[in-house]
Amino acid sequence: MKLTISIDHLKWLYETMYKIRYFEDKMVETYSEGKNPVFNIGLGPVPGEMHLSKGQEPAAVGICVHLRKEDTVSSPHRPHHHAIAKGVDLKKMTAEMFGKVTGLSKGKGGHMHLFDPEVNFSCGGIVAANVPQAVGAALVAKKRNRDDVAVAFIGEGAANQGAFHESLNLAALWNLPFILVVENNNYGISVTKSKSTSVPSNDLRASAYGIKGYYVTDNDPIAMYEVSKDAVERARRGEGPSIIEIETYRYLGHFQGDPEVYRDKEEVPHLKEKDPITKLRNHLISENNLSEDDVVKLENRAMLEVDEAYKFARESEYPKPEAALEDLFV
Amino acid sequence: MLQTKKRLLTGNKALAEAIRLEMERDPEVFVMGEDVGKYGGIFGATEGLLQKFGPDRIMDTPISETAFIGAAVGAASQGMRPIVELMFVDFFGVCMDQIYNQMAKIPYMSGGNVRLPMVLMTAVGGGYNDAAQHSQTLYATFAHLPGMKVVVPTTPFDLKGMMISAIRDDNPVVFMFNKTLQGLGWMDQIHASLGHVPEEAYTVPLGKAKVVREGTDVTIVGIQMTTVQEQEAAKKLEQDGISAEIIDLRSLVPLDKETILNSIKKTHRLLVVDEDYLSYGMTAEIAALAAEQALYDLDAPVKRIAIPDVPIPYSRSLEQFVLPSAEKIYNEARKLVNE
Repeated sequence: MKLTISIDHLKWLYETMYKIRYFEDKMVETYSEGKNPVFNIGLGPVPGEMHLSKGQEPAAVGICVHLRKEDTVSSPHRPHHHAIAKGVDLKKMTAEMFGKVTGLSKGKGGHMHLFDPEVNFSCGGIVAANVPQAVGAALVAKKRNRDDVAVAFIGEGAANQGAFHESLNLAALWNLPFILVVENNNYGISVTKSKSTSVPSNDLRASAYGIKGYYVTDNDPIAMYEVSKDAVERARRGEGPSIIEIETYRYLGHFQGDPEVYRDKEEVPHLKEKDPITKLRNHLISENNLSEDDVVKLENRAMLEVDEAYKFARESEYPKPEAALEDLFV
Repeated sequence: MLQTKKRLLTGNKALAEAIRLEMERDPEVFVMGEDVGKYGGIFGATEGLLQKFGPDRIMDTPISETAFIGAAVGAASQGMRPIVELMFVDFFGVCMDQIYNQMAKIPYMSGGNVRLPMVLMTAVGGGYNDAAQHSQTLYATFAHLPGMKVVVPTTPFDLKGMMISAIRDDNPVVFMFNKTLQGLGWMDQIHASLGHVPEEAYTVPLGKAKVVREGTDVTIVGIQMTTVQEQEAAKKLEQDGISAEIIDLRSLVPLDKETILNSIKKTHRLLVVDEDYLSYGMTAEIAALAAEQALYDLDAPVKRIAIPDVPIPYSRSLEQFVLPSAEKIYNEARKLVNE
């Protein structure tokens, strides 16, 4: 595929991946507050389960760069990279994770249930439940005669859930502007893809539904960019749904606190040697004539936005207990 | 009379031991579920079992609940005794047909000719900020639908004894264990998650409640965590001169009505506490039982504590507001006794 990416888009990819990485790293620290010396999931300023996306940044930025506010993104329980790439309000998102009243859901949803209707982003905790919902958003685009698209992100584990299969058939049958991105990080918690999936990769399953499949190797954000551009443009032109599978890396455990007994200790250090953010940084400087200063400017801007979001979250109020009874019905 | 050595075990180790003992005894028993292998089950129900029995009997499945729970129904109809794990009870939505329409009804629809000797085990409970889709108990959802036994043990002793009974039972059993009572290292380590458990195999009958604390002034009925909270409240009530009798239900289907009614006859006051939603649930069922069969034994209306019919919110102040607690139980029991 001929590379078409502009320098502006390359810079956006880099800055956004950097922002995601910085956000997730900061969450690793923040999440562990109050949970020492003995880990207790219910303690600290950010309690409950935490599923971080460190290492999976290319999957999010490579496609979200092509999306508009009106396009829909539906994500699973590991949503932060998608949310940031889609342009979710970072302050409100962070506040939600801290359970504050200023959060996207006034503290009711938490990190797995982030909803930002302004940018058409949602996520949830039930594997593959987001897929038919994105199909629904694609259906609306068609009904309203708009060229918006809907993207659902899942892990490779979710591709073996019933909703995956039903949704693809439906989207294909009704020729909807729907794109399914499968982030293959090789693990469904502790079970590797070879032990869960009957085919080598899910782009191959596209033919079972009569649609197009794409495969991106080695967590490459630029390849993801190129492939996504084709899928998104085809969808906007009314040429129907696609599956994109990207081989990506989960640096951390399934959830924070996961002992990862099922994983070889050598694996993550090896993955980090080919870190996509470092690679893109070098690429920007060596191939695209950006200076070190140019790059540092992008990094500082990203870090500032994240730092301000965390500050906002910490300084915000908690909801009043009785607010638990509100928002059941409108 | 149990003669062998007792040791202190966490809930999860007691459960895993029950499964191990039955798998050693009966080659027809096998386990299917997500992360039951190397991981030992997300809530430790199969800890150590892969090493002992190998991947042919401790089978990691894809994220395909309809397929593997349906496969368990099929395997059970062929005479094997599968134990299948639904990782979080909240996930029942993706596979409920195989549970309530197939597993629960096939024995009846076949006039008793097809038996399904299977166990569906699942983790329940909240209180650690896992939000609306990962914190539910859903006791009533399963208890309401005919054709499956539904058991809810609290202590490690009961977890082991009732799992062994469940595996040996030729009926389908939904075995719900509470996450916090598993005693896992990454959750809140509470005393109630540790208990004395004999080494050998033993059974605790399904369908029998237990009076875990005798009292004279008020009957407080609970399940799993609410039983633990009730016992805490009872200590405080005692200081106020109120003697609470606490019943750990241990089983929803069959329900031990006799134990509950005998207690009401003794105390004349009833408080029911449930970690499930309030309306159309366990508290309503026990209240109906009292109204139907013990009305003239009651000196005051029945009181209920449960989640106030909203999804479980994430933020700590909100979650604590909706869940039962020892404090809420203490306050309600006092009010009830003083009515």
